[in-house]
Amino acid sequence: MREGDALPELTITPDRYVTVRYAGASGDFNPIHIDDEFARSVGLPGRILHGLWTMAQVARAVTESAGDPAALKRLEVQFRGMALPEHEITVTSTVKEVRADGTAVVVAHAEQNGKKIIRGARAEIEGGAGAEPAAS
Amino acid sequence: MSEAVGRTFPPVTYAVGREKIREYAVAVGETNPLHLDVGAARAAGFDDVVAPPMFAVVYAAPSIMPALFDPDIGIDFARMVHGGQAFAWGPLVVAGDEVTTECECTDVSERGGLAFFVFETRSDNQRGERVCTGTWTNIVRGA
Repeated sequence: MREGDALPELTITPDRYVTVRYAGASGDFNPIHIDDEFARSVGLPGRILHGLWTMAQVARAVTESAGDPAALKRLEVQFRGMALPEHEITVTSTVKEVRADGTAVVVAHAEQNGKKIIRGARAEIEGGAGAEPAAS
Repeated sequence: MSEAVGRTFPPVTYAVGREKIREYAVAVGETNPLHLDVGAARAAGFDDVVAPPMFAVVYAAPSIMPALFDPDIGIDFARMVHGGQAFAWGPLVVAGDEVTTECECTDVSERGGLAFFVFETRSDNQRGERVCTGTWTNIVRGA
């Protein structure tokens, strides 16, 4: 990874029931993620994705580029807006800086329907300088 | 300054299971065999399947969930949205590990009609290594 490199874009269309599977896997059963009627009653358009599921897509984009889950030493994100099932999500990542110790600092965002749902994502990839992301 | 700031919640120990890692990995779309296939994980030198970094959500949840529901913290859960999240990771977690997490409320503030509640989770494995530090920012609308 070199400064300015764009990492391979990750695209995923969460299926209709992904929030149910993720609720079970993560233990987060907040009804805004699994119950359309409840979600609408609190002013949402319907069930929304768990922010941490979307963050996991950002983590996946950068660890796949690094080729090693151990290389991801830090990841921070800001959640924005609502992400919905059955609409494609795109994660875009760029190498912002490579430090003297070989750590690559990657900035990223996730978009759905032209709106940023995660912005200001920042990842630190240990040994990122030596990783060669496959071309997308 | 809220009295909640500085409050810590009892540590919770989570036993990391092989099938739980696989269930989580499938739910987030992981395809790396290290997370799914015991044989591949062992061939790479691990004792068992490796938790994806974001599996921190799973082992830290039993510590942070009681804090989110604590009446003294006073979060209106129905109006809560997740504003931001940060994780810093140490050694990888593998199936068979036991991870103990302590949670602390580190900040409560109000801006523009929104209430911000910040929690820090500190997770250590059975060898006392810090496997993850999490910073969870929750926003409550209509404060």
